[in-house]
Amino acid sequence: MSTTTDVNETKGRILRLLGEIAPEAEVTTLRPDVSFRDQFDLDSMDFLNFVVALHTEFHVEIPEADYPKYMTLNGCLAQLSAPRS
Amino acid sequence: MADFVMPTLGADMTEGTLVQWKKREGDHVSKGEIIAEVDTEKAAIDVECHATGVIERLITRPGDKVPVGTIMAVIRENGQTTTGQTGPQAVAPQATVPAPAPRVDRVPGSAPQPGRLRISPAARKLAAERGIDPKGLQGTGPEGAITLEDIEGAASVAPELPRPAVGADRQARMRQTIATAMARSKREIPHYYLSTTIDMGPAIAWLSEANQRRPVTERLLYGVLLIKAVALALRQVPELNALWKEGQAIRSERIHIGTAISLRQGGLVAPALHDADRLSLSDLMKNFQDLVKRARAGSLRSSEMSDPTMTVTSLGEQGVETVFGVIYPPQVALVGFGKIVERPWVTHGQVLPRPVIMASLSADHRVTDGHRGGLFLSEIDRLLQKPQSL
Repeated sequence: MSTTTDVNETKGRILRLLGEIAPEAEVTTLRPDVSFRDQFDLDSMDFLNFVVALHTEFHVEIPEADYPKYMTLNGCLAQLSAPRS
Repeated sequence: MADFVMPTLGADMTEGTLVQWKKREGDHVSKGEIIAEVDTEKAAIDVECHATGVIERLITRPGDKVPVGTIMAVIRENGQTTTGQTGPQAVAPQATVPAPAPRVDRVPGSAPQPGRLRISPAARKLAAERGIDPKGLQGTGPEGAITLEDIEGAASVAPELPRPAVGADRQARMRQTIATAMARSKREIPHYYLSTTIDMGPAIAWLSEANQRRPVTERLLYGVLLIKAVALALRQVPELNALWKEGQAIRSERIHIGTAISLRQGGLVAPALHDADRLSLSDLMKNFQDLVKRARAGSLRSSEMSDPTMTVTSLGEQGVETVFGVIYPPQVALVGFGKIVERPWVTHGQVLPRPVIMASLSADHRVTDGHRGGLFLSEIDRLLQKPQSL
């Protein structure tokens, strides 16, 4: 079970990775339920780099079919906070 | 001896500013190694050396703006010695000393226009020291000449200029460079345009299957398939892989695909993916990722800026279905791809939903005709139906 502290910590790490890919993105005003692509000028290359960054940071395998689950901040949090088998 | 000169890093580049040397006098350099960082209107570029040897002299100083072709450094190629044991250099060592570099302008951001500006030598010197561009000043001296006082006054309000071009200035100049190149293109190149719709079903299916087996760090984007298909199709219609020089098209043996990359702060660059027809999809993807990263970080290499032989632009990410591009001179063709959309498609007498993409060709009518252009687009289509052989 994840605590609020855990979630905030995970969120901070996700936003840091996002900031590295899109330095001009205003991550402080990011809407957690709207896709990153709709909020920032991310192209498919940026998104792939983001997925690679998540993979490296959180040691998770992300099959291509699961990409849509990582399109929003809430989506990422749900995936990355879920208990792993 | 080999001279390292200010290279041409784009169709309209006339001069460049040395930002820094990446090597010191006495250092060894190899052909293809980065020797200097040069600032152009568009970006800071890592410039590669075209000779192998030891750097004898660095002539241009960081901050100097010099015209294209100026000798910036002298390289003693392998096998040669400083005393010049072979050839006429031994007799006349002075001959190895390069001619003095053309007059340089040490004022960051200003073009060298000596003689036109009414300014006293002392004021010019002070302006250079303070990093002020005297051209922008209103002179208060005789006949509007700029005086020491004018420079002092400007210095008290002028912001520090840490680098030759940054931020808004770079952006404005990039806009100007694009404007010049595109205006020249539309003025000089009689464009013709063709387009065709391509079934991307087989390519997408092949790609998702391939990506399932690949770790996330090695996955491919469909854009790489498009680039490879264009590069291979150019082998079949080589007259599109050419540069227009002095009234004629010169075909290129090698296929370097210029890839339009939009920059986050605005503007775009189209550096080359070298030998795109010969690289595997995996290598092409790696190079493409690296190119995008470096384009956005402002660290492209000189060869990438100067030698694309044809350009591909893919505006699909922005959600448009069709793009008819403007040819980047001196190239003679450009391929545009829109976004992949699902459309009703008739195959074997059946209507099925298929992912399709619109491919367009903008080509120079001085070099090719619609017939050859059409064959070229058909060839791209044919190649994309067999993605496994790309």
